[in-house]
Order: sequence, then C-alpha cells, then structure tokens
Amino acid sequence: MIAGLYIDGNSALHRAAAGAKILAMIALGTGVFLIPDWPVVAVVLATVLLLYPVSGFGPRILWAQIKPVLWLLLIFFAAQLWLADWQAGLLVVSRIAAIVLFASLVTLTTKTSDLLASLERAMQPLRPIGVNPEKVSLAISMVLRFIPVIAQVAGEIRDAQRARGLDRSIVAMVVPLIIRTLKMADDVADAIDARSFD
Amino acid sequence: MKTKDIVYVALFAALTAVLGLFPPITLPVTGVPVTAQSLGPMLAGAILGARRGGLSIVLFLVLVAVGLPLLSGGRGGFGVMIGVTGGFMFGWAISAFVIGLLIEKFWNRLNVLNAGLSIAFGGIVVLYAIGNAWVAVVAEISYWQATVGAAPFLIGDAIKVVIATAACLAVRRAYPLISKAG
Repeated sequence: MIAGLYIDGNSALHRAAAGAKILAMIALGTGVFLIPDWPVVAVVLATVLLLYPVSGFGPRILWAQIKPVLWLLLIFFAAQLWLADWQAGLLVVSRIAAIVLFASLVTLTTKTSDLLASLERAMQPLRPIGVNPEKVSLAISMVLRFIPVIAQVAGEIRDAQRARGLDRSIVAMVVPLIIRTLKMADDVADAIDARSFD
Repeated sequence: MKTKDIVYVALFAALTAVLGLFPPITLPVTGVPVTAQSLGPMLAGAILGARRGGLSIVLFLVLVAVGLPLLSGGRGGFGVMIGVTGGFMFGWAISAFVIGLLIEKFWNRLNVLNAGLSIAFGGIVVLYAIGNAWVAVVAEISYWQATVGAAPFLIGDAIKVVIATAACLAVRRAYPLISKAG
C-alpha cells in the first residue's frame, strides 16, 4: 500500500477538520495574490513558517517542503530584479513560499483518508448532475490497487524485452504494458459486474 | 458510465502514477530533466478518448492532492498542486481531454500524421498555453517570458509525442477502445 505524506501528530492543525484546512488554504492562496505590499506578504510567510514548529515539525521537514521549488524561487527573484526591483522580487518569492508551505502543511497534518472522506461528502450535492460518489470511491480504490500490479507487469515486460534486446525501446515497453493491463481491466470489470455493483 | 469505463479510468490514472516511478532522463547540454510521467495524459487521451481520458487524469490529480506521493520524484500534496507548476497539473487533464477529442474525430482514418498532430496539439500547445499562463501570473512575468523559460522542456515533450503516437496506433490495432468517430 502507498503511504501518504501525512505525518502523525496531535497539534491544533492536526485536530482541525480537513474541510476547514482546505478553506483556509484557498483563502490564504487568494489573499496573498490580492496583497500588493511585500512586507504584509512577508508577515504572512513568517506566520506560516511559525506554524511548522507549532505543529511539531522540525527544520528538516520544513526544508523538504521548500527544496523542490527553491531553484524556481531563485529564478523568479532574479527575473524580478532584472525586470523591476528587489521589492517586487521579495513580493513574488514570499507569496509563492507562503502558498506552497501552507499547502504542504495541510498535507502534512491531514490524513489521506480524512481528505478522501471530505471529498466524498463534498461530492454528494453533485449527484443530480451525474456524479456518483460511490463510483468515484470505487475508482480511487482501484487506482491504489492497480499501481503495484502495473509496476509488477512493467518489470516482467522489461525482462522479456531485455531478452529480445529491446529494453532500450520505450514503445516496446509501453505498448505491451497497456494491452496487458487493459485485458486485466476487462476481467476486473467483469468480476465487478458479476457481483452486481451499481 | 459503465463499470468497464470506470475500470479504464482507474487503470490510466494508475498508469500515470507508475510512469512517475521511472527515473528521469537528463537531456545532454541543457540539463533539463525529462520524466516519463507526462506520457500519461497523452496516452490516456489518445487511447481512452476525451471523456474517460480526461477523467482518468482528474482522478490521478485528486489522489496527488489528497497527499499521495504519486508525482515523479515522490512528490504530492496540495503544495505542488497550487504551487508554481500547478497550471501544468490542471493542464494535464485538459490536455488529455483535447487529445481524446481530436483522436475520436480522426478515429476512422487515424494515421501517423493526424494522430501525431492531435497529440502534439493537446500535449504541447494546449498544455503549455495553460501552464505558462499560470507561471506568468504566479511569478509576475510576462506570458512571453514564461514561454521562453519553458522552451527547454519542449525537446522531451517532442520525444513523448512520438512515443505516444506510436503507442496510440499500436493499441488501436490490437485493442481499440474508441468505437466511432465522435
């Protein structure tokens, strides 16, 4: 089973409702784009940074969240420095950092299962327009089951193509992988229908 | 949606996740990393068609958003979804849908040329139009500057268009899933 990015804890953010955290994230994301002054956005960023130790996360976890976008932030800062001034650079960089770090904080403090449960609740009003939450849940559980199966089939095909000297061809890898897993998908669909799902 | 369609949607969402497990290839000279993952939306659209293909990428993105590390390099969560490259994430779903729409249109007379152009249009033109616009807004640069910044990634995408076209035509012969011209 694939482990989510959630990290266990018992802080106020861990205990807050998943829906509330998502709304806060949307509010923060919209808010920092409406604020044109860098010192205000920097204060928002500082608050988000402060939430990490408050939620029980050390500097190592914080660094892991910002590291993937760090080089982009540097490029964007340089671009603003060149196009405008350093204040504009600080505004853009602290804006992105605040959004990314807060969004990561929501991910770190909310169990995947809780997010999926609130997703299913949020989908209920969409029933009249043809969204069926049970079918979405079925699809989600199937994806999680299919990932290790596809990875295994991919491994088998790679070995088979290596024996033929085709292991460097991506097409010779992808086509049999798709056809074999599509056949498997048909069997899975028949098995579900035989159990009268729907 | 029939059960079979739901299973196909789940299958291509899972396939996109598995493509992210392959280590990225770094292009010579430019040093730009190319991941196999963005083949997922191209294949989903070209093999399942617009509706199922688009939905399978939406499903994949939902699982990334709720915190599963399914993006290449083990990334996931809301941070990547609404961060700098968020436009490319949402663009994937639209790109799969557009590719599917075009492939359905050409289905009865599909060949290397119209399949390749369909995938290139959806997978490069549409995707970058959305992704670059997002980058331009987030970084407060012009659309043109964002486009120039994204240009090095085009080489990898061109390779993926070739692979997806070959795969689309081969699967169409062996296991056609789009029945009639839409």
